[in-house]
Amino acid sequence: MESGDTKRKHYLNIENTPQSWLLTLDHKRIGILYLVTILLFFFLGGVAAVLFRLELLTPDAHLVEHETYNRLFTMHGVTMIFFFLIPSIPAVLGNFLLPIMIGARDMAFPRINLASWYVFTAGGLFGLAAIVFGGVDTGWTFYTPYSSTYANSNVILAALGIFIAGFASIMTGLNFIVTIHKMRAPGLTWFRLPLFIWGQYATAIIMILGTPVIAITVLLVGIERLFGVGIFDPAIGGDPLLFQHLFWFYSHPAVYIMILPGMGVISEVIACFSRKRIFGYHVVAFSSLAIAILGFFVWGHHMFVSSQSMYAGMIFSILSFLVAIPSAIKVFNWTATLYKGSISLDTPMLYALGFIGLFTIGGLTGLFLATMAINIHVHDTYFVVAHFHYVMVGGMLMAFLGGIHFWWPKMFGRMYPEAWGRFAAIVIFVGFNLTFFPQFILGYLGMPRRYHVYPEEFQVLNVMSTAGASILGAGYLMVFVYLVWSLFKGRRSVSNPWCAAGLEWRVSSPPPQHNFKKAPVVDRDAYDYTDEDVYKSDYDSGGTSDG
Amino acid sequence: MDIGIPLFPEQASDLARDVDMLFFFLIAVSMFFVFLIGALLIYFIVKFRRRSNADRPDATRSHAGLEIAWTVIPLILTMIMFVWGAVLFFKQSRPPSDAMEILVVGKQWMWKIQHPTGHTEINELHVPLGQPVKLNMTSEDVIHSFYVPAFRVKMDVLPGRYTTAWFTPNRTGRFHLFCAEYCGTEHSKMVGSVNVLTPVEYERWLAGEVGDTPADTPVEAGRRLFTQLGCATCHHPDAGALGPDLAGVFGSEVTLADGRTVVADEDYLRQSILDPRATLVDGYEPIMPTFRGLVNEQQLMQLISYIKSLGDAGETGEGM
Repeated sequence: MESGDTKRKHYLNIENTPQSWLLTLDHKRIGILYLVTILLFFFLGGVAAVLFRLELLTPDAHLVEHETYNRLFTMHGVTMIFFFLIPSIPAVLGNFLLPIMIGARDMAFPRINLASWYVFTAGGLFGLAAIVFGGVDTGWTFYTPYSSTYANSNVILAALGIFIAGFASIMTGLNFIVTIHKMRAPGLTWFRLPLFIWGQYATAIIMILGTPVIAITVLLVGIERLFGVGIFDPAIGGDPLLFQHLFWFYSHPAVYIMILPGMGVISEVIACFSRKRIFGYHVVAFSSLAIAILGFFVWGHHMFVSSQSMYAGMIFSILSFLVAIPSAIKVFNWTATLYKGSISLDTPMLYALGFIGLFTIGGLTGLFLATMAINIHVHDTYFVVAHFHYVMVGGMLMAFLGGIHFWWPKMFGRMYPEAWGRFAAIVIFVGFNLTFFPQFILGYLGMPRRYHVYPEEFQVLNVMSTAGASILGAGYLMVFVYLVWSLFKGRRSVSNPWCAAGLEWRVSSPPPQHNFKKAPVVDRDAYDYTDEDVYKSDYDSGGTSDG
Repeated sequence: MDIGIPLFPEQASDLARDVDMLFFFLIAVSMFFVFLIGALLIYFIVKFRRRSNADRPDATRSHAGLEIAWTVIPLILTMIMFVWGAVLFFKQSRPPSDAMEILVVGKQWMWKIQHPTGHTEINELHVPLGQPVKLNMTSEDVIHSFYVPAFRVKMDVLPGRYTTAWFTPNRTGRFHLFCAEYCGTEHSKMVGSVNVLTPVEYERWLAGEVGDTPADTPVEAGRRLFTQLGCATCHHPDAGALGPDLAGVFGSEVTLADGRTVVADEDYLRQSILDPRATLVDGYEPIMPTFRGLVNEQQLMQLISYIKSLGDAGETGEGM
């Protein structure tokens, strides 16, 4: 990856044996390990999506059987959520950047950090085993008593995978919280922190408080399934709704695990490419915390038609509207940041602007779902599918790609081809909308989700959706190809190719093994783009040779 | 405009129209914000692009007035959505008292339906135009969900408890019935249709369909089961009966042996049949055996229909 034309030692070339990677305690290398691992799961989840989208081209079953179809959408949901989206930004970009951004040499607990990757990988292997041995057919939601009693697929293996991978989340969250509290550079007060750090902090709170509940829940499903103890199945004395309460108590906050870190990335990118401090910094920072806390009290909006009491439904409805407010505030503040900025549309900025547009639609359609009377009609239809893809793919995945492009030169010391980058970003944006916008219409028309065969009148919209998915898939492949190409052939990057503020840009690219040769002292607010010398690389001795 | 692609679902109930009104309000609010954000983004990007000479005096870092405005305005709008949605939801959740009651049992992967006249259907539901219809639903296995998009009605169907949904069809025709909660291999085949007929056609349908289906109404079938299973041995109105008299019990308040007071609704009656000791009535011995396994979900519903029908004769009832 790094040829010998530069003598400078950095984290990538300092030692390159298998042990030096597999036993590394360097947060940057652990971030790279996570990147490679989650890309594998993204690929698997993507292949499943391609297959069922092809199947949905026609109203009848042509390509696969019912059983296979159900296993495909389950595989897509389980891998994308538990093994890709949840770790995506925190475990890759968070691990890589968090210590550098706060001026630390590593995480507070480097060994726990490495352990988290092993635990995650072990969980992932169970998930893979479930797929290899024939798959799971419960949907990623594992609703009981179907999952606990009736399904005859590899529920236990998949549940174990999720159970184990959850501990990796907890370890990462713990590390983030302690590191942010205890290891900030001198002068780096809470309100000088980049908003990326605030986003990670809020995410870490959810990871620590929420993940144990999903672990308990899948464990209970396993106990009922293996030993016939009546917990969720009413035929043996259980309560099926108990599962839904437990499941969504984690899984709704988990939706915010899948968006808050993305919001952090967007704040960094928008500040950099409009050369301005984020408008209303304090409000944006606190809105992340508000989302993290309120997010724990809205789970019942997944259950308006489940036979939950109407009065409970009312409380969950009003709280769900309230949690939308901090998200709206963020969107307004990002937009206001552009005002009187000096805007350039580099690839990361295109992703950030795409994020704002798509997340706005995703957030607004969330209001439809929080409105009880409308929820009754669109619950469990393609409207919901479209809504959460606008948030998770249009939001989180766009942010992940934007972040990867933004910090790529920092991570690998190479630039990707800018023209290809912009082109792919536009292809992905177009493909995404063509895939998921028709699904809003399908949903309001009444097409239920998880339907293998469907009435003929829904076909045209489904064909549009599949066509969009092909464009989207081509866009992702394009990104993958030019990024890999750039690792070997890309132009070398200077320390700070974007002239960005932030401590991570004041060390060379790629960063030295221990990040800082001399400990940084922070004497300014985040995003201080009015001061010209924010871009100077002054915390390590070497720049890149062709800087 | 007909472009061959359906863009909006049929409205076949009054509630559907109400729901759509609210839906259009949300669409309008959403469009406003999407266009507002979109227009501002594009305007700022063009005006303040790096190469432009736009005037950029010291930009403000924050502005309390703006922050308050874009907190309070969305808050007010969402509270309108909340109240409107909740009022309509309460209407959707409370069936009118004159509704015709239809029993629905979901199982992998079919809908079993029984009319008050005793007619049974599978994956088809015939209903008369303009008549409020209340569905009493349960499942024999996993969770299903009864969904008729044209009525904007959806309700989960759970094993081990009863749920209800209702609608008043205001247009004749054939409408999709879907299972909306994923229930296993042939989930997408657990579909059928609701046929809304004019009252005259409905009568004709009832007359024509009698043929080979048992003409027992749920109440009659329940009465027969009540006798066959020997329920009347203990549950009779005479003094010294071993079980409480069931006339008028439905809807009344019952004091249990553990001191709790519960309303004897469908779920209570169901549990009393399947797990009598859990809901033992105060003053009686725990001698009733469980009927779990002896009656299926449909028979349970019929027994309950029969017990409910006793309410009218309920001079011994404790009041509704």
